[in-house]
Amino acid sequence: MRRLIKQREIVVDEWRHADEDAHGGPHRALILPFARWKEEKDRWWLWDGRLGVRLGPTDPVAALEQDFLRVSLVAIEFGGLAEGRGYSQAQLLRKRYKFTGELRAVGKIQRDQLFFMARCGFDAFEMPETTKLEEALLSIDDFSVAYQGAPDAGLSLERRAV
Amino acid sequence: MYQYDQIDQRLVEQRVAQYRDQTRRYLAGELGEDDFRSLRLRNGLYIQKHAPMLRISIPYGLLTSSQVRMFARIAREFDKNYGHFTTRQNLQFNWPKLEQVPDILALLASVQMHAIQTSGNCIRNVTADHLAGIAPDESEDPRPWCEYIRQWATLHPEFSYLPRKFKIAVTGSPQDRAASKVHDIGLHLVKNADGEIGFEVLVGGGLGRMPMIGHVIREFLPKHELLGYLEAILRVYNLEGRRDNIHKARIKVLVKAVGPEKFREMVEAEWQANREYAPTHDAAGFARIAAFFTPPAYESLGDVDVLSGKPTEFRNWYQRNTRRHKVAGYRAVFLSLKSPTRPPGDITDAEMDRVADLADRYSFGLVRATHDQNLIFADVRQRDLFELWQSLKALDLATPNIGTLTDMICCPGLDFCSLANATSIPIAKQINERFDNLDYLYDLGDIELKMSGCMNACGHHHVGHIGILGVDKGGEEWYQITLGGSASGQDAAIGQVIGPSVAHADVAETIDRILNVYLAEREEGERFIDTFRRLGIKPFKARVYAPSHQAA
Repeated sequence: MRRLIKQREIVVDEWRHADEDAHGGPHRALILPFARWKEEKDRWWLWDGRLGVRLGPTDPVAALEQDFLRVSLVAIEFGGLAEGRGYSQAQLLRKRYKFTGELRAVGKIQRDQLFFMARCGFDAFEMPETTKLEEALLSIDDFSVAYQGAPDAGLSLERRAV
Repeated sequence: MYQYDQIDQRLVEQRVAQYRDQTRRYLAGELGEDDFRSLRLRNGLYIQKHAPMLRISIPYGLLTSSQVRMFARIAREFDKNYGHFTTRQNLQFNWPKLEQVPDILALLASVQMHAIQTSGNCIRNVTADHLAGIAPDESEDPRPWCEYIRQWATLHPEFSYLPRKFKIAVTGSPQDRAASKVHDIGLHLVKNADGEIGFEVLVGGGLGRMPMIGHVIREFLPKHELLGYLEAILRVYNLEGRRDNIHKARIKVLVKAVGPEKFREMVEAEWQANREYAPTHDAAGFARIAAFFTPPAYESLGDVDVLSGKPTEFRNWYQRNTRRHKVAGYRAVFLSLKSPTRPPGDITDAEMDRVADLADRYSFGLVRATHDQNLIFADVRQRDLFELWQSLKALDLATPNIGTLTDMICCPGLDFCSLANATSIPIAKQINERFDNLDYLYDLGDIELKMSGCMNACGHHHVGHIGILGVDKGGEEWYQITLGGSASGQDAAIGQVIGPSVAHADVAETIDRILNVYLAEREEGERFIDTFRRLGIKPFKARVYAPSHQAA
């Protein structure tokens, strides 16, 4: 069973990626790659499980705008510290497209990114298997202060008036 | 001078704790080399030829005397008794130990300093005109805006993992002493037809392998729109900038690929689409920042005659190393870090301590670092100038060469840097030895010589009136010379390569031939750069590569 960080807790993952074997459990929650979702949207619309879509760094967030009635999870891929497009994709999803479902960072991510990701609106982190999740969890709070307003309702410059 | 409040202070302290833990994980083998590299770089720590190099942020070049004293202490306790001022108005230490860096950062935090975002693919130190706030030609002091941008850019959740480094400069003067046109974003405080002050926005300037002058993408941006507009530019860049090739990842490559006009449209579209969610102008927060930059308590003094009866040496220094101040009775004083025996930009711990004392005594306890690697006391009473000059002279900080040939910008080069192809400090020495006659330098007048040890262009060679670039030819050091570059004002231009590169031993001789063309051809009162623009590169090229000289 895969464990991940979700809403600041370590939980067992209820979701399965489409390219993974089913490994026990009902798995009525499936994450499709963006290309497949685009292709097979109509087919999946009436399926009775929960659906998620996985975006690569170049997949356009705007293409999902009409799909959020059906899609309750968006996974965004990271390929290491050199990949930063996912931060903007997350901001757009949360702010411009008002996505309120689970926003999950997947791929090669490390704990040092979690503070930034959380402030961009990610609330779930599917980290490489070797990660010590208990330690990683702490990194969400590497900083208790910030200068920018962000979807996680952090501080802004305005707080300085206090 | 901006003072931290508890939020600023907590942030730098938490950064020290975070970095301390990252270093611990690396040393314990929990973090791999590659993963740690990106983390240490965004904290200014490079692994150089001999040792790590730590770059410390000096926001827009402004320092208090206590911060200068802390630099001295760190140089003494953690380095080999000196530091090096850079072209981003920052300070570098060349010999710290990796495992001691967290302790250095803790000391810095105790004087409201840090090394956050001094390297790595993120928004770097925001630079400004080094005469900000005192220049008579300024429309508005850019420093409050620099601090405002600094705070917005610090640990920005969305823009901390950009395709490549990102540099912003702000200036309030048409003179543009901040080289803003060769920055990823240049912001000019300008007045519109209605007399309101706002920003002219330039994007896509830069040096390195593909030198470019920035393009104006907005002639006038109301001030309160600044952060929203910056966010639009950065988001377009973060999503569209190339990540497949490190040499094509800067925003200038994107601007060039789509064209400045199309890029402008992309930014405007993103800006409009984002209006509802963009960061709003924080007027109270800005006012709080701006209050720290109100003028110091100047005395009411008149301008005085400081030159009568004084030695020529002092008069030379006054002419070259001091500048007009907008307040009567005051001058701005340059401390030259370009004496003939000094690697450009270097300063020892003992000198830093003395500079701090002198700043307390003569200039409200503040020091400025310039992008051409000198220091400034911005607010010196004219009647104190002679006394100050004597003190600076004793410290080897009064070489009267500001703006002359030997006031050159110079990167650390192959002596320290693992990226460099060739040395630059020995070339600086060679030039200093050849051109050691002050009368000759004064006759040459204003001339900017800039030198980099490799095409990454830390020494800004592309925008030197004379640029020198170190290249490696089969393991030997050669130097490519460019002419006609300029970083300032309306005249910003990229220099033209004069011809084949010259051997290490021939650099000063080549510069001499170039100068001889100028001396022979100049018109009354014409600067080197203007003569070059009038004549073009041909006569210079002909003289440098003349057969009679090659035989010599």
